[in-house]
Amino acid sequence: MVNLASKEHAATRKATREALGVTLAKLAAEGQPIVAVDADLAGSTTMQRFADAADDNKDKLFNCGIAEQNMIGVAAGLSLTGHIAFTGSFAVFGTGRVYDQIRNTLAYSKLNVKITPTHAGISVGADGGSHQMLEDLSLMRGIPHMKVVIPADYEAACGALRAAAKTPGPVYIRLGRAAVPCLYEEATELEIGHSYVLAEGSDATVIACGVEVNEALMAREILLEEGISIEVIDAFSLKPFDEETLLTSAAKTGCVVAAEEHSVRGGLCSTVAEVLARRHPIPCEFVAMQDAFGKSASYEELLVFFKLDAPSIVEAVKKALARKRI
Amino acid sequence: MDSIQVQQKANEMRKDILRMIGRAGSGHPGGSLSCIDICAALYFGGVMTFDPQNPKLESRDYFFLSKGHAAPALYTTLAHAGFFPPEELMSLRQLGTRLQGHPDSNLLDCVEVSTGSLGQGLSIAAGSACGLRLNKQENRVFVLLGDGECEEGQVWEAANFAAHQGLGNLVAIVDANGLQIDGPCAEVCDAGEIGEKFAAFGWEVSRVDGHDIPALIELFTKLKAADGEKPHAVIASTIKGKGVSFMEGQAGWHGKAPNAEQLAQALEELSGNEVCDG
Repeated sequence: MVNLASKEHAATRKATREALGVTLAKLAAEGQPIVAVDADLAGSTTMQRFADAADDNKDKLFNCGIAEQNMIGVAAGLSLTGHIAFTGSFAVFGTGRVYDQIRNTLAYSKLNVKITPTHAGISVGADGGSHQMLEDLSLMRGIPHMKVVIPADYEAACGALRAAAKTPGPVYIRLGRAAVPCLYEEATELEIGHSYVLAEGSDATVIACGVEVNEALMAREILLEEGISIEVIDAFSLKPFDEETLLTSAAKTGCVVAAEEHSVRGGLCSTVAEVLARRHPIPCEFVAMQDAFGKSASYEELLVFFKLDAPSIVEAVKKALARKRI
Repeated sequence: MDSIQVQQKANEMRKDILRMIGRAGSGHPGGSLSCIDICAALYFGGVMTFDPQNPKLESRDYFFLSKGHAAPALYTTLAHAGFFPPEELMSLRQLGTRLQGHPDSNLLDCVEVSTGSLGQGLSIAAGSACGLRLNKQENRVFVLLGDGECEEGQVWEAANFAAHQGLGNLVAIVDANGLQIDGPCAEVCDAGEIGEKFAAFGWEVSRVDGHDIPALIELFTKLKAADGEKPHAVIASTIKGKGVSFMEGQAGWHGKAPNAEQLAQALEELSGNEVCDG
């Protein structure tokens, strides 16, 4: 069982990207051969904090300039000389623009490179649709040898980075820009391949990832007032996916809602549907971006506009419950 | 090996390339034959440090085949260098083989990285050059690109990066055979003189006849020992399909296997090139 955040810690809001530079610095200080490769966004991704943390780190951050394809290749080459390379940039460029480099160089060769761009999803906010990456999970999950991890908060992001460093081969970690409440206690160790039950319930299962985990927990409070009890699962590891934790919960509740700040096609919703269709077909509803690009607005406005907020999860749970009762 | 012996080795490897591709019924003879003298000079001319008993030897020089479709050239070079038995060459492109159509580093320890999607090798080589420098290792990094491949934008991202990083331990060799799948590079999308482009990015540029083995050995030996902070580009003028009269200078032989009759003629022509070694 994982340790959930105390009330005081939960009041701390931090973006998952904040974990990147400081965790790399800690891993390097522990003696791990960490290098970071970025593409003119070392300040935004926080990779610069890794370089600034110690004199020894200064020449371990490689800034490729605005050249993301080269960034992936350089990380590949560094990994071939014994280093654990972490890549930066924003998720839209750090996965989408370099899909072929990730597929054909990193994954096909099983290189020890961790793909850790930041600013994934609509939480980028005002920069608009060109910068709001909503297909990254779908792209990365489809690549053989690739592992995909989605931290729900700052602590999970630290845990994900640590877990990735000790897992050989390519790992994609989805990091965001928006400050979100801490859900886990400090220094919680999370494992790639696991989902975590954050709140137990009996009427419906809500499995969420990233920023949607917090929305799911808020939806739980709303539903409790109406006498509906939902179980909330954090799908920390999308690939490999923890089928047993989902199925155990689904067997208990009889219906499922999947929620993600990502296209409904190819990410968590698809993964959940694939598992349920094959092993335990029951009513399932989705809270996700539909077949659409994002747009400019604040993160909070966009959550409501695109129906990714807690009330949207409440609505989806009620739909699933209604289908269960038919 | 002296340069005559390296030439003989290259001739043997040309025959292997044609036999392998002939047997497989598909593959890329043109660009394999254009770069085989370069491979022979690197591996048999005393240039590169390697150990066939220990492919991951710490002091080895790194070789990346960025133009991954020339896999038959790489495979025959590695087999002749002793990394695996030459008999295995005939398994090229067959189900279950370690010799995939394009190199797969998971199947062969002596292949540093999988390649095949063009334009990526120079970035990888630059990354390894950075990593070796960080490790305070003296190893050199050699990477072989095609001239058509240099149309890929990533090559120039990497060229910029390598010069900025001062990677004097990096040697990029361009197999400039002047042809790509759709025809002459100058007609498909003329990139001009590639050496001038590398020079503009701050590289030290050498030009050489890519089939003159003594000249290749001399140049590579010099570059391996070079100090300084400029990465090195070698523009090697070559002939696509070199060594087989009906393949030379023909874009049509980029990715086509010879039939039995063509194979026999090609092998006969190459046998005529053999130098009597007493």
